[in-house]
Amino acid sequence: MAKTVNVWLDGNHIEVPETMNIIEVADKYGVHIPRLCYHPDLPPTANCGVCVVEVSGNPLPKRACCTPVAEGMKITTNSKKLRAYRKTLVEMILSNHEVVCPTCSANNKCELQTLANNLGVDPDHLPTILHKAVKDETSVSIIRDINKCIACGRCVTVCNEVQTVYALTFADRGFDSHVDTAFAGGMANSPCVNCGQCTVYCPTGALREKSEIDAVWEAILDPDKHVIVQEAPAIRVSLAEEFGMELGTVTVKKMYAALRKLGFDAVMDTNFTADLTIMEEGTEVVEKLKAGSKRPVITSCSPGWIKFMETYYPDLADCVSTAKSPMSMFGVLAKTYYAEEQKIDPAKIVTVAIMPCTAKKFEARRPELRDSGYQDTDYVLTTREFLRMVHEGGIDFKHIKEEDADENMSFYTGAGTIFGATGGVMEAAIRSAYTLVTGEELEAIDITAVRGLVGVKKATIPVPGFGDLNVAVAHGLGNARILMDEIREGLAKNGVSPYHFVEIMACPGGCVGGGGQPYGNDMAMRARRGEGLYQEDRDLPVRKSHHNPEVKRIYERFLGAPNSPLALKLLHTYYFKRSVNSGQVTEQATHKHH
Amino acid sequence: MKYFRTHILIGINDTSKQAGVDAFIKTLRESLTAAGLQEEINILETGPLGFFGKGICLTVYPDNVNYENVKVEDVAELVDEHFLKGRPVNRLMFDAGSKFTPKFNYESRIVLRNSGIIDPESIDEYLGTGGYEAWEKALQMKPMDIVDEVKKSGLRGRGGAGFPTGLKWSFTAPIECEQKYVVVNADEGEPGTFKDRLIMEGDPHQLLEGIMICAKAVGATKAYIYIRGEYKLSINRLKKAIEQCYNYGLLGKNIFESGFDLDIDLKIGAGAYVCGEETALIESLEGNRGNPRWKPPFPGVKGLWGCPTIVNNVETLANVPYIIKHGAEGYKKFGTPDCSGTKVYTILGDVAYPGLCEIDMGTTLRTIINEYAGGMKQGFRFKAALIGGAAGVILSDRLLDVKMDLNSLNQYSAVLGSGAILVMNENTSIVDMLWSILRFFRHESCGKCAPCRNGSQQLYDLINKIKKGQGTEDDLDKLLLIAETMQQTSFCALGQSPVMPIRSALDNFRDEFLALTKK
Repeated sequence: MAKTVNVWLDGNHIEVPETMNIIEVADKYGVHIPRLCYHPDLPPTANCGVCVVEVSGNPLPKRACCTPVAEGMKITTNSKKLRAYRKTLVEMILSNHEVVCPTCSANNKCELQTLANNLGVDPDHLPTILHKAVKDETSVSIIRDINKCIACGRCVTVCNEVQTVYALTFADRGFDSHVDTAFAGGMANSPCVNCGQCTVYCPTGALREKSEIDAVWEAILDPDKHVIVQEAPAIRVSLAEEFGMELGTVTVKKMYAALRKLGFDAVMDTNFTADLTIMEEGTEVVEKLKAGSKRPVITSCSPGWIKFMETYYPDLADCVSTAKSPMSMFGVLAKTYYAEEQKIDPAKIVTVAIMPCTAKKFEARRPELRDSGYQDTDYVLTTREFLRMVHEGGIDFKHIKEEDADENMSFYTGAGTIFGATGGVMEAAIRSAYTLVTGEELEAIDITAVRGLVGVKKATIPVPGFGDLNVAVAHGLGNARILMDEIREGLAKNGVSPYHFVEIMACPGGCVGGGGQPYGNDMAMRARRGEGLYQEDRDLPVRKSHHNPEVKRIYERFLGAPNSPLALKLLHTYYFKRSVNSGQVTEQATHKHH
Repeated sequence: MKYFRTHILIGINDTSKQAGVDAFIKTLRESLTAAGLQEEINILETGPLGFFGKGICLTVYPDNVNYENVKVEDVAELVDEHFLKGRPVNRLMFDAGSKFTPKFNYESRIVLRNSGIIDPESIDEYLGTGGYEAWEKALQMKPMDIVDEVKKSGLRGRGGAGFPTGLKWSFTAPIECEQKYVVVNADEGEPGTFKDRLIMEGDPHQLLEGIMICAKAVGATKAYIYIRGEYKLSINRLKKAIEQCYNYGLLGKNIFESGFDLDIDLKIGAGAYVCGEETALIESLEGNRGNPRWKPPFPGVKGLWGCPTIVNNVETLANVPYIIKHGAEGYKKFGTPDCSGTKVYTILGDVAYPGLCEIDMGTTLRTIINEYAGGMKQGFRFKAALIGGAAGVILSDRLLDVKMDLNSLNQYSAVLGSGAILVMNENTSIVDMLWSILRFFRHESCGKCAPCRNGSQQLYDLINKIKKGQGTEDDLDKLLLIAETMQQTSFCALGQSPVMPIRSALDNFRDEFLALTKK
C-alpha cells in the first residue's frame, strides 16, 4: 500500500496515494482538468502544456499530467490566470494546425476541436504559422497527415512504449520537429506493422486509415459484381456506442440489416471462419502435441502480430500456426466454395471485410494470399469506415429492423465470437482441442484464466491422455515481446518452449481494441466491448466450433477434413523474414504445406 | 630545474589561434635561438592572460609588459629591441597611448587565479600553485563534511539558475545505491558567454579537482564532462589533464589508498542550446534526442541511466577546490554577505576592451564596464546591456548602478544568468536586438512541447512584422502574451525564458517599438 498524502484540490481536502499524479487525482475526484496530450492509457508525454494547474509554493504553474501529489499540496485547477494561458496556448496550437474540421475524419471526435470549443478559443487571434507538408500515404493501411499533427507524441509513445514497434519517432528540432519514420521513408518503408494504435490514440485527424469506402461503393453500385461482405467478431459490439446505445451492446442483426440496406449482395460473417480456424489451427496443435513437438504453436489471426513476428522474431516463424486468419479463409472460400455452391463466376465476386483493424488492409494485399486465383479479400473497411458508410447511406441504425445473415458462411458459435477479445482464440481452441485429443466434451467451457486485460496471461489445463497443457496469452505487442523472448530463451536454453499453445493479438484488449475501432478507444471501453462478446457467447445455443453445422457441412461437401490437402492449399499460408529498418521482405521464412 | 631570466606568456585560445599564434610561436622560437637566447628566455603557452587585448597577446615577466595584436612581422623587432636590449616596444604595448590601465586583480580571483600564469597543459605547474591539495584534503574528509563546507560557503550555481550547490549535493549524498554520477555541464551555449571555455583552457586541472571533490562528497565513482564540440582547445587540454591525473594516481581505482575510485570521461556535445538544460543534457548523454525530462524526479535523485546524478556548471565546480582548501570562511571573504564568491563575466559589444574578468559578486555594472572593460568604445555612449545571454534581460542606463549579484538583480526582475554582458551603444536598435534573440529561440527550441515550439515561431513572426514596420501596438501586447503563456506553460527553462528579454525590452525601450508600429 502506497503512503497517502493530504491534498487540497480546489479547496477540498482529500487523502490520496503519493504515487499519483495531479491529473489522476483530479480525474478520480471528478475534476476535469483541460488536457490534450495526456491519455490515461499511456505514460504522459507532457508535450501540450494545457493541463497546467497552480500549486501552492510554486511561482509557475505545474503540469498536472506529470507532477506527483505531495503532502500539503494545494492545487487550483481553474483561475483567471490559468484560463487565459490555456486559451492562448490552444490558440498557439491551432495556429499550427490545418483547421479543416467539416471534412476531417476526426470531426466531432477530435479532442483539439472539443478543447478549443470548451475554452472559447478565438481562431483569428493568432496568425497561422502552418507550413504545409506532404502527407505520408505510402502505407496501404494508414495515412499520416502532418498538417493536422499537433506533435502531442501519443502515437510515438504508443508505437514505441506500448507496441515496441519503433516505427514512429520525432525528427528535426524546434518548430520543424515533427513525427516521422526513420530516414523519412514513409510508413510503408518502416517497421510499422499497421496495427493502427497510433490512429486510435491520435487526438486529431492526423493519423487515420487509408479509406476504401469509394471503391466499395463502386463495387456495390456495379450491377455486374456480386459483392459479399463479412464482419469480424469485434464489429458487432463496437457499433452501439456511435448511436447512443449502451457501450458493448451486441448489435449483430442490426449490422446485417444495415449492410443489406447498403446494397451488399450477400451478408455473411467472419465468425463462421473463426470457427473454421479453430478446426484447422486446433488440428495443427493436436498433431504437434501428439508428435511430441518441443516448439509451441502460436496463433496467426492478427496481421499486426504477423508482420511484427516477421520483423522481430522470424527465427520463430515455424512456431506460428500456418492457418490463415478468419478473414483470409473467408475470402478464399467466397471465391471457391461459395462460388461453386451459388454457381457464380468468381471473377465477378468482390469480397469486402469489415474489420476492427487497419493491418487487415495490409494482409488483404499480401501477394501470397491469392489461393482462389484472385485476390482473396478485395477490400477492407475499418469499423470507422463502416460507420461513415452507414451515415452516408442514411441508415437509422438504432431503429433498423433486425435481420439474419445469408446462409452458407455465416453460422457461428460462441467460440467464434469471442475471437474478438484477448484470450478468446485460446479459449475457443481449448474447447475444441480437448475433444480432438480426448474424444470427450469439455464441461467447464468458461476458461476465465485467459480472459481479462492482464498483459500476459498464463494457464495450465489438464487434458486426460496428454497431461498438462501449458498455454499463454499476450495482447499488445509489448506484451507479445515479453512472451516471445521467454519462448526464445526457453528454446535456446533447453530446446523446450515453456508453453504448448500461445495466443497473441497485436492490439491491447484484442480486436475490440483494434486500430480500426471508433475513436475514444480507451482500455475501459475495450473491456466493455469484450464483455459484450462474452455475453453473446453465453447467449448462443452452440458454443464450440466443432459443433458448428455450417463448418461440418463445408468439410463434408468441399474440404474433406481439417488439414486435408485442399484445406492446406486454401486455408494455410507461409511467412517471410523482414528487415527491421524497412519492414520489407528479405527472404522467405517458412514454406507452404504440400 | 632550468632558470630563465625572462618568461614570455602567450595566451592560447581560439582567438589567438585564428590570429595565427602557432606560426608566431614558431618564428619567435627560431628568432630567439638565432639570437642565442633560447637558454635565457622561456616561452610559455598559457590560457587567457587577464587583459582584453586583440589578436595574439603576450605578457613578459618579470618586466610586466603586455603586448597585444602582435604579428609574425613584429618578431624581429621584439627580439632585437626588448628581449636582447631590454627596451619594450611601445607601439605594440597593450592599449598604447590610452590612459586606461586594466585591473589585474589576481588577488581577488578564484577560478582564474592561475589563468595566464601557468602552463595549463602541465600538471606540475598546477601542483606548483598548490593544486590538488584540496583533493588530498577532501580524500581524508567525511563526505557530509565536504557537503557542509560547500553549503556554508554559500556557493550558488554559476550556470544561470543560481541554485545553492551544497544543498544540491546534500540531496544526493545520503542516497544509498550502487552507482552515482557527477556530470559537468560544459555545454556553454548562452550567446555571448565563453567563461567556461576560458576556465577550461586556462586551468583545466582546477576543474578536474572540483569534479573529484564533488564526486567524493556525493559518492559518485564516475564523472562525465559534457562539453561543446566547438571547444576544441578545451577538449584537448582536458583530455591531456585527465591523462596526467591517471598517470599521477589522482584518478582511477583506490586513489591514494583511500578506497575511493573515480573515473572521468569526456562527452562531446553536438551543439544544441537545450542540451545545456540539465535533464536534456542527461538525455543526450544517454544517446537520446536532447529533450528535457520532467522534474521531479530531479537528477540528484534519478538522473543519468536512472542513477542519482549531480549536474554542475564548470565555473561552479572550479570554485570548489578553493572552498575546501581555504574553508567556507575563506571563501566568503569574496562577494556579498548573501551571495558569496566571485563571478566570471564575459563582456562584449561596444566596450573598449571586450573580454573576460573575474570580479567579486555585487560589483556594479558601471564598475565592470568602466574599470574592467575600459569603458565604452571611443565615441559611443551607453544605451543598453543584455545581461545573461539570450535568456537574459535588456537593461537600460537606469540600472547601471545595480549590484551584480543574484539577489540584487532579482529585485529588478533581472538575472545574472551565465555572466554574459553585451553592451550596446546609442545607435543599436533594441528591436533588432530582440529580433536576433527571438530568432535564436525559434532555432533552439527542442520542439518537445507545444508552447515553446509554436510560441517561438509566433514570436519570431511577430518581431519580423514589427521590425518591418508592419506591426501594430496590439502586436506588442501579443508578443508579451505569447511569451508569458510560454513562461507559464512550457516544459523547461528554455520556453520559460523569452519573456525576460521581451518584457525588459518593452519596459525599458517601448518608445522605440512604438515608433516602428503603424498607427
